[in-house]
Amino acid sequence: MSSKSEGLGRVLGVALALCVVCSVVVSTAAVILKPEQEANKTRDLKRNILQAAGLYDPNLTVEQQFERVTTKVIDVETGTYVNDIDPASFDQRAAAKDPALSVRLDGDTDIAKIMRQSRYALVYLVDDEQGQLDKVILPIHGYGLWSTLYGFVALEADANTIAGLGFYEHGETPGLGGEVDNPRWKAQWPGKQAYRDGDVAISVIKGTVNSNSPNADWQVDGLSGATLTSKGVHNLVQFWLGEHGFAPYLANLRKGNA
Amino acid sequence: MDIKDTLFRPVFKNNPIALQILGICSALAVTSSLQVTVVMCIALTLVTAFSSFFISSIRMFIPSSIRIIVQMTIIASLVIVVDQILKAVAYEISKQLSVFVGLIITNCIVMGRAEAYAMKNPPIPSFLDGIGNGLGYSFVLLVVGTIRELLGSGKLFGIEILPLVTEGGWYTPNGLLLLPPSAFFLIGLLIWAIRSWQTEQVEEPEFTIAKHTPVEESA
Repeated sequence: MSSKSEGLGRVLGVALALCVVCSVVVSTAAVILKPEQEANKTRDLKRNILQAAGLYDPNLTVEQQFERVTTKVIDVETGTYVNDIDPASFDQRAAAKDPALSVRLDGDTDIAKIMRQSRYALVYLVDDEQGQLDKVILPIHGYGLWSTLYGFVALEADANTIAGLGFYEHGETPGLGGEVDNPRWKAQWPGKQAYRDGDVAISVIKGTVNSNSPNADWQVDGLSGATLTSKGVHNLVQFWLGEHGFAPYLANLRKGNA
Repeated sequence: MDIKDTLFRPVFKNNPIALQILGICSALAVTSSLQVTVVMCIALTLVTAFSSFFISSIRMFIPSSIRIIVQMTIIASLVIVVDQILKAVAYEISKQLSVFVGLIITNCIVMGRAEAYAMKNPPIPSFLDGIGNGLGYSFVLLVVGTIRELLGSGKLFGIEILPLVTEGGWYTPNGLLLLPPSAFFLIGLLIWAIRSWQTEQVEEPEFTIAKHTPVEESA
């Protein structure tokens, strides 16, 4: 740090040289590691999809298990498959922000507090060994207490019985709202019914479900100490299974002409 | 140069968190589960060591008018490299650490060591000083992380130690310990313990409170 080294040329020279060296190092790392990072991201997403449907087996690779799954893009409003969008490159989260691909939701319909909804959505169809439709997995998201929860809900082939639910990204309080990740809580969802006489009836209630109640098939326990997160989960499931969400698609699926 | 002293002095005698009160933000944020804590400790130790090493090796060429931005550039580049490696090798953990890896850039310990030590000392001692301060940081984080995860969720490294009531055991977890403020209390207690043992760390009061002016003089 001698005073000789203070000339303007010197200062600019050092700054320039440093920037060149650092940018080369950073970009080399980014470029070399990119394929591995992309693979991790896809693997993680696929694992989350399988976990939501209760199909994940840690002993097999994710790729092997995902062979049974077909990804398709649907038009949310009409509930029909869209063939001119490639499901492999369609990014639903990015689409929800793009004015050309999304719709703005107003206060009354936007119970999940997501502001904008993509016109198109991804659905994952799981076939059984005979090639028959076994489960359908739908991406869902909505606001809890602190954060947007992103997850999947899986339905059986009747498009009514829930096969599982899970979130892969959220920022709820660990130990309270964060208990949405608790396997014991998630274990309540399989077997519950989503619709009753054509309306979304599945709800997260406050407290514990009375198993003798006639409504027990449509109810899930709330998380204790996390009223607002439970409410958020309730709203987002209601929204995504409702008429602005996947209800038209599921109705078509039941009729067999999606 | 005393290697042992450079390396271990920052652990108890001159701990960056407990004595210098630096790097508190990440100590609050990443200590709710031990696994994340360990990765953060390793990442911070490596970044501090290598940034000190590189800054020290070019310390003769750094014009003092732009030294801070030069240090920041080196630190930021290293942090981005660490972040990229984590995303490629330990994706799950990098997701949990999320922004905190990026925030190593602004971690006061890294800058503090660069400015206070690496600018004045040769590369090898600077490297060791970085490792040492990383160890000091890790020591505090691991203590806090162990207490928080054990009492907050009854687990260590995700393995159940205290059977929870919700799983049919006897332990009711203390939710406060999962929230960041609990780390404040734990670090406070730790600083108290260290300063009771190493009494020379107790700071001189910066000012003394003057007595009230007596009534007769104030009139």
